Amino acid sequence: MANRIPRVPVREQDPQVRARNFEEVCHGYNKEEALLEATRCLHCKNPRCVSACPVGLNIPEFVAKLVEGDIYGASAIIEKDSSLPAVCGRVCPQETQCEGSCVLGVKGEAVAIGKLERFVADYVRANPAPEAAAPAIEKNGVKVAIIGSGPAGLACAADLAKWGYDVTIYEALHKAGGVLQYGIPEFRLPKEKVLAHEIADVEKLGVKIETNVLVGRTITIDKLLDEMGFKAVFIGTGAGLPKFMGIPGENLCGVFSANEFLTRNNLMCAYRDDYLTPIHAGKKVCVVGGGNVAMDAARTALRLGAEVHIVYRRTEAELPARKEEVHHAKQEGIIFDLLTNPVAIIGDENGWVKSIRCVKMELGEPDASGRRSPVVIEGSEFEIEADTVIMALGTSSNPLVANTTKGLETTKRGCLVASPEGQTTRAGVFAGGDAVTGAATVILAMGAGRTAAKAIDNYVKNL
Amino acid sequence: MKKFEILTKEMLTPAICRMKVSAPLLAASALPGQFLMVRADEKGERVPLTISDYDRREGSVTIVTQYIGASSAAIIGKEVGECFADVAGPLGVPSEFVNMDAGQLASQSYIFIAGGVGTAPVYPQAKWLHERGAKVDVIIGAKTADLLIYKEEMAAVCDNLFICTDDGSEGFHGLVTAMLEKLVGEGRKYTMAVAIGPMIMMKFSTLTAKKLGLPITVSLNTLMVDGTGMCGACRVSVGGKTRFACVEGPEFDGYLVDFDEAMRRQGQYRSEEKQALEDHRCKIGRDR
Repeated sequence: MANRIPRVPVREQDPQVRARNFEEVCHGYNKEEALLEATRCLHCKNPRCVSACPVGLNIPEFVAKLVEGDIYGASAIIEKDSSLPAVCGRVCPQETQCEGSCVLGVKGEAVAIGKLERFVADYVRANPAPEAAAPAIEKNGVKVAIIGSGPAGLACAADLAKWGYDVTIYEALHKAGGVLQYGIPEFRLPKEKVLAHEIADVEKLGVKIETNVLVGRTITIDKLLDEMGFKAVFIGTGAGLPKFMGIPGENLCGVFSANEFLTRNNLMCAYRDDYLTPIHAGKKVCVVGGGNVAMDAARTALRLGAEVHIVYRRTEAELPARKEEVHHAKQEGIIFDLLTNPVAIIGDENGWVKSIRCVKMELGEPDASGRRSPVVIEGSEFEIEADTVIMALGTSSNPLVANTTKGLETTKRGCLVASPEGQTTRAGVFAGGDAVTGAATVILAMGAGRTAAKAIDNYVKNL
Repeated sequence: MKKFEILTKEMLTPAICRMKVSAPLLAASALPGQFLMVRADEKGERVPLTISDYDRREGSVTIVTQYIGASSAAIIGKEVGECFADVAGPLGVPSEFVNMDAGQLASQSYIFIAGGVGTAPVYPQAKWLHERGAKVDVIIGAKTADLLIYKEEMAAVCDNLFICTDDGSEGFHGLVTAMLEKLVGEGRKYTMAVAIGPMIMMKFSTLTAKKLGLPITVSLNTLMVDGTGMCGACRVSVGGKTRFACVEGPEFDGYLVDFDEAMRRQGQYRSEEKQALEDHRCKIGRDR
């Protein structure tokens, strides 16, 4: 019988303290807390949490192992479906996926599935299993190339390697991980402690990672397939170019894309004194946008010492960011200027940002996405003083791969055309993640990577 | 050869360094007009540098770096036999003329305007065109004779080489723009101008070319972080539209570039960089 206790709370760094450091916000469960939380699971006959997970993690089974106190057993079950459990346990939007469909959530609080997954991964990393002899993989010698080492590429590579494929990942930047490396900050996803370890686990499966190779420039997909002996290619190049609003003043000094701001801070470690890359946080920062990237940029600027405002055109209910991130941001002292939309950025005599001119909005009729669309209130113009503006408005696709590969079609928005299985318009070339869907989540990209791995396996077997 | 090993190194002036670096995949794909990213060490910046030459058979690329701050110092500080942490490329769109056929090339008459360290990336362009039968003249400008680079190399890949110095210590006494006006005034006919050098030089070369009715291409050395289209730090206004120099450039039609904005944006991190350089010096001091 399930234990009818309230959800075990998770320990976090004090908001006042963490607002000034880059250490992880959430401490996660310890063993006692995790085993107690695990007892809350009802072990439903038809577990809705599993079907709500983009990688189909067998949640009741791993939680059952935890109830028995068998953490390594739980880890073995997770490993079958996820190559990045310590990442997913931290950054997945569980509240709309596994936990969002948990029966316990109907009347009370869902099982803390994400925190349990994270606990298992963290525990096994800190205490490696005694007889950690990995099962020998029978190699089939078939070469598959993966473009991009983000969540889609890593998930696709891990599955293919487990099935015996000779997998090489090509990464344009100098470090593997894609958005996990350049986008998500240290305080949500520690790079050395967590990410590097999970990438190393993928490499232990035999996956090779070649950094500093920009496919489309350094080599092309045509060359990979025609000259280098690869039988199939998976494109997981991510979302690409940052969007701007198209308002006056966006090219003033002190206006940055969230991508630039976060890449400087995360990939290039600008927050650390011992790295050379500079970053400009200023005294008062306005972050335009309401998604997870906006929250990450805002909380990063705060930690660099600025007063930070989120400027968003709808209300709190419509913020696309995870509730947990919004909650954390508020706790830390981020100021939310809601129903507010910039119309121009004003510069000083030296071409630096001085303020943002905004208008007040109100919610009108629901739009195509079902959200009520914001409408300008006439005559409501006002200015917010700021010396830094960060645009977190999403991204549009990078056309490089499509432009340099024969037979790859793109949608009107520039995303790669691919079937639900990941097959593109060219035989042998598969794609998944943000490159196909436009900006989405880590876990959806991983799911797409796994689906494409199956399609690649089918394709190669029928050659 | 080790990955990204420095094969040769020479100081062209006290502050300008030429290095040949092992990077076979990059060398195999490089074309005139493109650039690469160098990260000297694990904790270094990604520094965009134009490709000054490439040798496909040897699998090497040549870069020319001018000492301006902590990151360029880290690059120049490397010795032969040592390796850079990372070299990525080729990046950016190659020069437009690489798509011309032999007939088109033979009818071209190019005038290159090279300023300071920007002389190095002019070299592979002049070489490409000269080898394929286009007529190529080159103007090299520098503050003073000691700062001129690539004189002999350039002379070998062009029809006429013109030297200018601001102080008259060598060649024509005056700016590259005055030289350009003089050449056109003498009746020399050009189909295309290309200016590569400091932003201010490219701005005034463009104004002069416009006055002379000569189309001009410029190569913008904007700030960049990743160099692959991801960060948007390199954005410039070209013909009133925001363009990304890393993936849509670095070469643009000079007539359309907002140089004043580009110059302001280039200096965005000047105060942080100055601080970094001072810290860097302090650290050096402590070591000693």
